[in-house]
Amino acid sequence: MSLQIPHRERSNGSSGGATKAVILVGGASRGTRFRPLSLDVPKPLFDVAGHPIIWHCLTAIEKVPSIQEVYLIGYYEEAVFRDFIKDSSSEFPNLSIKYLREYQALGTAGGLYHFRDAILKGRPEHIFVLNSDVCCSFPLNEMLKLAQEKDAEAVILGTRVSEEAANNFGCIVSDSHTRRVLHYVEKPESYISNLINCGVYLFSADVLFPSIRSAIKRRTDRPRLGSYRSSENMASSFMIDDDEDSQKNEVIRLEQDILGDMADSKQFFVYETKDFWRQIKTAGSAIPANALYLQKAQQDGSKELAPPSANLIQPVYIHPTAHVHPTAKLGPNVSIGPRATVDAGARVKESIVLEDAEIKHDACVLYSIIGWSSRVGAWARVEGTPTPVTSHNTSVIKNGVKVQAITILGKECAVGDEIRVQNCVCLPFKELKRDVANEVIM
Amino acid sequence: MKALILVGGFGTRLRPLTLTLPKPLVEFGNKRMILHQIEALAAAGVTDIILAVNYRPEVMEKYLAEYEKQFGINITISIESEPLGTAGPLKLAEEVLRKDNSPFFVLNSDVTCEYPFKELAEFHKSHGDEGTIVVTKVEEPSKYGVIVHKPNHPSRIDRFVEKPVQFVGNRINAGIYILNTSVLERIELRPTSIEQETFPAMVEDGQLHSFDLEGFWMDVGQPKDFLTGTCLYLSSLTKKGSDLLTPSTEPFVHGGNVLIDPSAKIGKNCRIGPNVTIGPDVVVGDGVRLQRCVLMAGSKVKDHAWVKSTIVGWNSSVGRWARLENVTVLGDDVTIGDEIYVNGGSVLPHKTIKANVDSPAIIM
Repeated sequence: MSLQIPHRERSNGSSGGATKAVILVGGASRGTRFRPLSLDVPKPLFDVAGHPIIWHCLTAIEKVPSIQEVYLIGYYEEAVFRDFIKDSSSEFPNLSIKYLREYQALGTAGGLYHFRDAILKGRPEHIFVLNSDVCCSFPLNEMLKLAQEKDAEAVILGTRVSEEAANNFGCIVSDSHTRRVLHYVEKPESYISNLINCGVYLFSADVLFPSIRSAIKRRTDRPRLGSYRSSENMASSFMIDDDEDSQKNEVIRLEQDILGDMADSKQFFVYETKDFWRQIKTAGSAIPANALYLQKAQQDGSKELAPPSANLIQPVYIHPTAHVHPTAKLGPNVSIGPRATVDAGARVKESIVLEDAEIKHDACVLYSIIGWSSRVGAWARVEGTPTPVTSHNTSVIKNGVKVQAITILGKECAVGDEIRVQNCVCLPFKELKRDVANEVIM
Repeated sequence: MKALILVGGFGTRLRPLTLTLPKPLVEFGNKRMILHQIEALAAAGVTDIILAVNYRPEVMEKYLAEYEKQFGINITISIESEPLGTAGPLKLAEEVLRKDNSPFFVLNSDVTCEYPFKELAEFHKSHGDEGTIVVTKVEEPSKYGVIVHKPNHPSRIDRFVEKPVQFVGNRINAGIYILNTSVLERIELRPTSIEQETFPAMVEDGQLHSFDLEGFWMDVGQPKDFLTGTCLYLSSLTKKGSDLLTPSTEPFVHGGNVLIDPSAKIGKNCRIGPNVTIGPDVVVGDGVRLQRCVLMAGSKVKDHAWVKSTIVGWNSSVGRWARLENVTVLGDDVTIGDEIYVNGGSVLPHKTIKANVDSPAIIM
């Protein structure tokens, strides 16, 4: 372990080496917490601030001049990303985007390792790895700069959270002066540090795959405990048992299996972002993500956003094909999808209105996601509860019961005229004809 | 003829409205509660009215003086230094009630109905006994005290059954009576109940009759019943074809029973009704939805708000896209912020509400 292999000669002084980026997109059997929205659209393709979640990753990747190739790695079916890749190829002409499909869930590191030949083709010097379920400003150039300054083998993006929230994440202990990572623990039971893993990494190509390989080796060598079956099951389950074990061995995760070792043995540094960062786990977390990306677009002076007016509080994204009546009031932090309509005197605030949805006159939509082709009736009120800006939690306690803060209508739901829906999650194709609060509607 | 109106206290059950005005001055169907009664009494030929109160009614004096002039009647205020129940105030006002030998009316100030004073007086005269109480038929008599008649007599009362378990009848005391002056001899000057003490004694002597009330009846002493009573009152106006009501030909009127003061302003694309009362100088914005609610004088409901089963107190303001429901009562000069939801909130005067009230609560 202490052996320092002289593999870093290329990085010395050659800052122009090629870089590749990998976006880990997961698969359909994952991301169940994003239901009911993931019942109709794979989470990475869900629109926040007018664009799919992974589009926001690509815009950051495009800003790194040394990146020409991007891989999406996951285990969704091939067809899922076809249109997105086609559209993105014209929108990001400098990037070659490919989807690499895992035949089974291999874990975040296992997937990378499985496709090592494709990734290493062309001998890239650095590899960015981005989890698709985070929303942040992706300061990739800053991470690359730090890697070069420190001659790092790995750089992790970190952010500070409240001490109470820290143990829900991977926790990083670093040398405050040198920014070197001294210790890494995934979701510790006790408090270790409030500097947490943002799920965005930069690895030296020479270090990433050997590290995964040694993690796989450790896994294989480790004596298996408690795997003995009772004798009556032994004969019939023998073959399956073997197969299961080999599968399990291939599930290697960056967070649990790789980063801890890197902290012990590698030139591993942390870039601490002071900018926004949120996870996109539950469907409700799309609302803070939407707000943060819209605010970023506003700061960047994006031309996509709707101009301010008496009935518009910025930032608001309105798709060019959407119809918003001039007396409707929108914003802040609202996205209106393609062909959606917002009728006279309606109010939409801190919400996402998806494709073909319809908000009838004088309705009020607050802190909610209105699903594709859903309809909100006249004078109806669809409402969630605001969560504190600094909170990483999307549930609130109501009458002692934990409920989703954001109200979500799945695809093709209908809320009757004058009906009120508060803190509810409504599965697709439901019609709400009575007032409901704090419920999941199957 | 003479009448005594049992007003009692300030009307704490109707707070937060009665923090601003004593109950008799609160508008019911755009008319002060006491005025409904004074008008009906005057129309039946009453010339002397006594208001039995147990607080200093300074604010009332101005209005009462006005009504005296308007109807050419005398209004006396009889103040109890200590609460005397429902019979004691009669004894306290004995002097005025015994001015002449004609019978006198007694009514609870909380009760609203189509006061049948003329018919009641005629009926009372016809049976010649000491007292007549107005009764109304209810669906669930088990919650009230029920009146049982003498066998084979249509009006003479045999007994009262308090909260009957078995069905004995469905007529209950409506809180309106006509009594001969001789009844005053049955009452002592102390806290005493007309229902518990005076009437049972009269029943013993076969001196008490009942008179069936036609139409609606409601005790409007608390907000929930105030709203229900308003619906009943508006329905009775509709039934009578009253020209006080806003005609259904107005595009914003929905489902009828809408009473709007001519000085109120209504915005575009509103849907108002059924059962809505809008007081003087009220301003209703564009795209507002109102149903089963009362907007008191000088209040304001801004654009796109939705208000149901709510009393909006005087000079209060309801924000744009706000939603009020489930017996919400705003006191005087309350402000509800834009987009705020209030479910069954009782809001005391001069408060500003900036956060949702998700479940029924009193906002101090």
